[in-house]
Amino acid sequence: MSGYIKEKEYKKILILIVFVLLFITSFFISVGYGAVKITYEEIIKAIFFEIDTVNYQIIWNVRLPRTIVAALVGIGLSLSGAILQGVMRNPLASPKIIGVSSGGGLVALIILIIFPQYYYLVPVGAFIGAFLTTLFIYSLAWKEGVLPTRLVLAGVAVSSLLGAGTNSLLTFFPDRVSGVLGFMVGGLSATTWRDVRMILPYVLAGIILLSFLSGKLNILMLGDEVATGLGVNVEVTRFIFIIISSLLAGSAVSVVGLLGFVGLIVPHMTRLFIGSDYRYLFPGTIFFGAAIVVICDTVARLLFAPIEIPVGIIMSAMGAPFFLYLLRNKEGLK
Amino acid sequence: MAIEAVNLKVNYGNKEILRNINLHIPDKEIVTIIGPNGSGKSTLIKALSRCLKVTEGTVNLYGKNINNISTKKIAQKMAILPQVKNISADITVENLVSYGRYPHLRIGKRLNMEDKDIISWAIEKTGLVDLRDRHVATLSGGERQRAWIAMALAQKPKILLLDEPTTYLDVSYQLEVLELVKELNKSLNLTVVMVLHDLNQAARYSDNIFVLNEGEIFEWGNPENIIRSTLLKDIFRIESHIYRDEINDCPYFIPYKVI
Repeated sequence: MSGYIKEKEYKKILILIVFVLLFITSFFISVGYGAVKITYEEIIKAIFFEIDTVNYQIIWNVRLPRTIVAALVGIGLSLSGAILQGVMRNPLASPKIIGVSSGGGLVALIILIIFPQYYYLVPVGAFIGAFLTTLFIYSLAWKEGVLPTRLVLAGVAVSSLLGAGTNSLLTFFPDRVSGVLGFMVGGLSATTWRDVRMILPYVLAGIILLSFLSGKLNILMLGDEVATGLGVNVEVTRFIFIIISSLLAGSAVSVVGLLGFVGLIVPHMTRLFIGSDYRYLFPGTIFFGAAIVVICDTVARLLFAPIEIPVGIIMSAMGAPFFLYLLRNKEGLK
Repeated sequence: MAIEAVNLKVNYGNKEILRNINLHIPDKEIVTIIGPNGSGKSTLIKALSRCLKVTEGTVNLYGKNINNISTKKIAQKMAILPQVKNISADITVENLVSYGRYPHLRIGKRLNMEDKDIISWAIEKTGLVDLRDRHVATLSGGERQRAWIAMALAQKPKILLLDEPTTYLDVSYQLEVLELVKELNKSLNLTVVMVLHDLNQAARYSDNIFVLNEGEIFEWGNPENIIRSTLLKDIFRIESHIYRDEINDCPYFIPYKVI
């Protein structure tokens, strides 16, 4: 354990450092490349010494907010998935399970399709929709306590119910579908500092809380009864974790739409590299999750430039094969 | 009195699982709960260990109602080893044992030297020194159970509750686990409450035995009082010959017929 650090722990710290470097590199590539190529020197200058040039405008008003949002979204969704997979002790758990996608998605579509004049309410609406859906699922699963299995099943049922709402909207208003497609697949185009402000508080709060709670999640992984025996109030702890993950994923979804894949796969990828100890898994997920979304968004912008592909498509197209590769080749680590 | 249950009643939904449970578990004893399938053994130990809310009645820990003690404080006095346990593939013996220090840690705090000494002590006490860096999932059944017991020991409890600690183990591992429990009881004055399936093992290792039947305590007493042909007939539906194990100074029986 900590203190006298063993070889294994060194390896994990090393992997963490690699993740951090990967994130920093991807961050600079994302800011530097696009329709206009900007040198790293100029990036540094623009960030630290204000010079009012065209490149400065591009960096501050377009690339920087977009890259920061991409990183924050990656952190929010991946952390949320990592928490849920632990709390539910279920490898298939993801923000979808607690209704973040279905709840947030439905509210966003209602606004976009029925009240398009209020389009600017989409982030707030999606966020509230996601959070209320989580509470609804939780209360449905409650019966003298909440068992993970019941929570997962209630989540699947409610998501399917809200999915019916989403699909009927799409069916009844076929002419407006193209306008909402971006939200459905998840995209980062036209992100601004307003989006950064929308998501940043939740991600920061989540990271701070989780830095205190990683030990507790390790204990919860041992099973409800073992955790009780070790003095963890299982019911309260689980509720707190679910609320944190709903806020994290909800704030991400409210800004970029239904980017489903990140919350499910990134925690697994990180676990394959760094193991299941949450004291390492949380920081690992933060940097790896941020890096992955930033990289995928950069590819989404550059691949068919100047045409942009929604980042959700790149994420699934690149991420899934990479994940399968890891799964087959790193079995020993699992 | 280490644990005391007063008029316990436990329902699952509308179904009554336990009723009229009154029991005393004296300090420093090994007490075993036995009973046929469905008699409520596991429910009782879960109720005693606060893993299950009781419908009526109280459980007292050293004279204090467990509902009035914080769960962390309870964990500093009482460790439990449930049947259902979950462990990730990459958790080592030492990782697992270190979790036993959790109830003594303040939130966000790391392990100090004293915690580490206790972890090493628990690993030694359970004979796992050579296995401390192995992944728990790769151990044999008996070693794995010992690792969990080491985690419980790292809690430095006064009481240890075990729910069927020998189930699914080969007979040699069963003996190994029970011998370890007995040794811990003797050397640490640890109060042990366990659920066992094997009545001869219960007779061999217990100071006192509680017999559950259909949700009620049918009988309790020392092994000589319990291993009687009428009781075995009434509760476990078997005809048996009863002998005495002179070496271990306890009764044992061999069943020969189902009633």
